[in-house]
Amino acid sequence: MSRRELTCIGCPMGCALIVELEGKEVISVSGNSCKLGENYGKKECTNPTRVVTSSVLVTGGQSEILSVKTEKDIPKNLIYDCVGALKNVVVKAPVHIGDVVLENVLNTGVNIIATKDIEKA
Amino acid sequence: MQEYDLIIIGGGPAGLAAAVSAKDQGINSILIIERDDQLGGILNQCIHNGFGLHTFKEELTGPEYSKRFIDKVIAQGIEYKLDTMVLDVNDNKQVTAVNSKDGILELRAKAIILAMGCRERPRGALNIPGARCSGIYTAGTAQKYVNMEGLMPGKEVVILGSGDIGLIMARRMTLEGAKVKACVELMPHSSGLKRNIVQCLDDFDIPLKLSHTITNIYGNDRLEGVTIAKVDEHRKPIVGTEEYIPCDTLLLSVGLLPENELSRKANVKLSRVTGGPEVDESMQTSIPGIFTCGNVLHVHDLVDNVTTESYTAGKNAADYINGIHHEGVGVELFATDGVRYTVPKTINAENIGDGIDVRFRVGEVYKNSYISVYFDDVREMHLKKKILTPGEMESVKLTKAVFDKYSKCKKITIKVEKE
Repeated sequence: MSRRELTCIGCPMGCALIVELEGKEVISVSGNSCKLGENYGKKECTNPTRVVTSSVLVTGGQSEILSVKTEKDIPKNLIYDCVGALKNVVVKAPVHIGDVVLENVLNTGVNIIATKDIEKA
Repeated sequence: MQEYDLIIIGGGPAGLAAAVSAKDQGINSILIIERDDQLGGILNQCIHNGFGLHTFKEELTGPEYSKRFIDKVIAQGIEYKLDTMVLDVNDNKQVTAVNSKDGILELRAKAIILAMGCRERPRGALNIPGARCSGIYTAGTAQKYVNMEGLMPGKEVVILGSGDIGLIMARRMTLEGAKVKACVELMPHSSGLKRNIVQCLDDFDIPLKLSHTITNIYGNDRLEGVTIAKVDEHRKPIVGTEEYIPCDTLLLSVGLLPENELSRKANVKLSRVTGGPEVDESMQTSIPGIFTCGNVLHVHDLVDNVTTESYTAGKNAADYINGIHHEGVGVELFATDGVRYTVPKTINAENIGDGIDVRFRVGEVYKNSYISVYFDDVREMHLKKKILTPGEMESVKLTKAVFDKYSKCKKITIKVEKE
């Protein structure tokens, strides 16, 4: 049996978690104050994921930069590729919060969506 | 002179929430004055997620969080002026502002809410020796360049200080192709949130050098490198531990200062510890009818806390305007033994409804300790804390029932105790 010590990133409390593993299987999570911590502890030791935030270019809008995010968390090892996939994306104003900027990024089944409203110039 | 019931200075998260709250209490004549060209304040450049877990029970980015309040302000028909700079506020609650459309504005209000936010400590406030070259930015300036303007400040980065904006920018610049070589922190602990250490530094193998500082800066026109060194327990560099790191960019994330130039003009009494106004339970300053909330009052880690605090300020300003606010100074709070300050500084229990959250910060890291609340000499609360750090704001809830129990109490003390 092995033990991993983690800091939960579920909320700003940052609980100190202890995850006990048998091989690759999570036996227990302790130190958490809520369900978020248990889920994070399990996931972080089996399939760690993150929500990725970044920005893309906009044309014809009141601003040239649009902030975006992955609609859901994606595997942690895809963070760099995900940001890379946004490099050549250019959207046209107007664009609104929740609009899909890039569908199914890296075949994760997760869309990249706008997190800001940009109206036409 | 144009008159309003309520003038709110600053259209960031604090000002927006205060406006919505005052409006909900039936105040119709409200003006928000914002110096930027849009509402939302610093949230507009905080494009990372993690905002709103308490307020909305979901994880939003900065612009998404501010949009929810901007939408409310617009839906409620609250008046606001953008690109407008307040030049003066006085204790008669007169406000002088200027913009290029109206010229000079002379305004007067029954109540004012100060919600100007804070500023980053710049290099000039630090006494770092070395060259005065380009390539040195505060973390928030770099954040604005990258997230709002789409410009990269540099390629090889060292970060001094481990405040949250510095940590967030370590990740952001790494993802945009820069090499962040180190995050250098003078103290033996980080001033940022633990979750940001994990997801901004650890995730990207960026070393966090605690008990280190920058002892020299090199570069003629552009920054070429910095020397870092370990510091002893008195925070003095230890000779022989110096290490040179080549870099073209230095980001400073070394603390935030409440921006109170206007508060001073209005003769508002400021706290020496926080740099913000001293307030009572209603978020009212030493000048009756002038209220305050958000980072201009004390620097917060979480916008969610700014929102709750600002709701309180907005409601109480409305009560003041409506003539139903209870006058009279309440019980004074004393922060001792590791607790650096409290917000509020006094509590008149008539104005707290069911109870009040007292917020504070500790001065150093405490493990397995207690936060204790004394009413005069009686220890009423004794809360076990696994860890207390200066980087994370703490709070205790004092209920109305407790105030009723100690109705003759002259003094409330909040302190850290080992047992």
